[in-house]
Amino acid sequence: MSDFLGIHGTALALREQRLQLLSANLANADTPGFQAQDLDFTSALQAALQPNAAVGDAIDGAAQGARYARASSQPSLDGNTVDGEREHALFAQAALEYRASLNFVESKVRTMLTAITGQ
Amino acid sequence: MSNLPIFDVAGSAMNAQSVRLSTIASNLANADSVSGNPDAVYRAKQPVFRAEGVPGDPSLSGVNVVEVRESDAAPLKRYEPGHPLADAQGYVYAPAVDPVAQMVDLISASRSYQANVEVFNSAKELAMATLNMGR
Repeated sequence: MSDFLGIHGTALALREQRLQLLSANLANADTPGFQAQDLDFTSALQAALQPNAAVGDAIDGAAQGARYARASSQPSLDGNTVDGEREHALFAQAALEYRASLNFVESKVRTMLTAITGQ
Repeated sequence: MSNLPIFDVAGSAMNAQSVRLSTIASNLANADSVSGNPDAVYRAKQPVFRAEGVPGDPSLSGVNVVEVRESDAAPLKRYEPGHPLADAQGYVYAPAVDPVAQMVDLISASRSYQANVEVFNSAKELAMATLNMGR
């Protein structure tokens, strides 16, 4: 089944990981000393698609490995590196990307359903 | 989405911001609570936030209110001999609450709260869309 979904199942799971990181950034916008985190989607996807990785661990491992601390555009006194508005924009974009991946997976599932039910 | 830690994250932030909102409300409400005894004057409260792993995924940071700290700023001493609470020398003591700073904090807190509600709603929408896949 994972072969059938191709790259899109992995992409969907990784996009969810990125949404989680961005939501943590927004949540900690007022926490002193918090370092904004982000996920490098390209390298995470490449790592997760390595043929020798186990299916479940591959995504978590790849998501952990592709994490990096994002630099802030302006310094703040308490050491917090979250840019509220930028984070908002990135979250909206990431949600859209998640929807795009979801559409791909969904159309694959629909194809399969049509093949099974024959209607 | 497996165990949905994104809801834990947004929920912890909403909780922390609402603690902040209520301490601000308490500070503003007591800005004029004067007393004749400088030790008994209301002291401004401020929550201390710390990033902390959420139950769903410990590597993901939610927000935790570690403590609500009381300000150690000296109370404002005012000479008001006619005041019923004035001490023997005619002084009353008012808490060192800066209403302007509190209002700024209030706006910041309510904006942050709103941002997290939005995160919560989009996450819910995406989760529902994922659950309804193939229907």
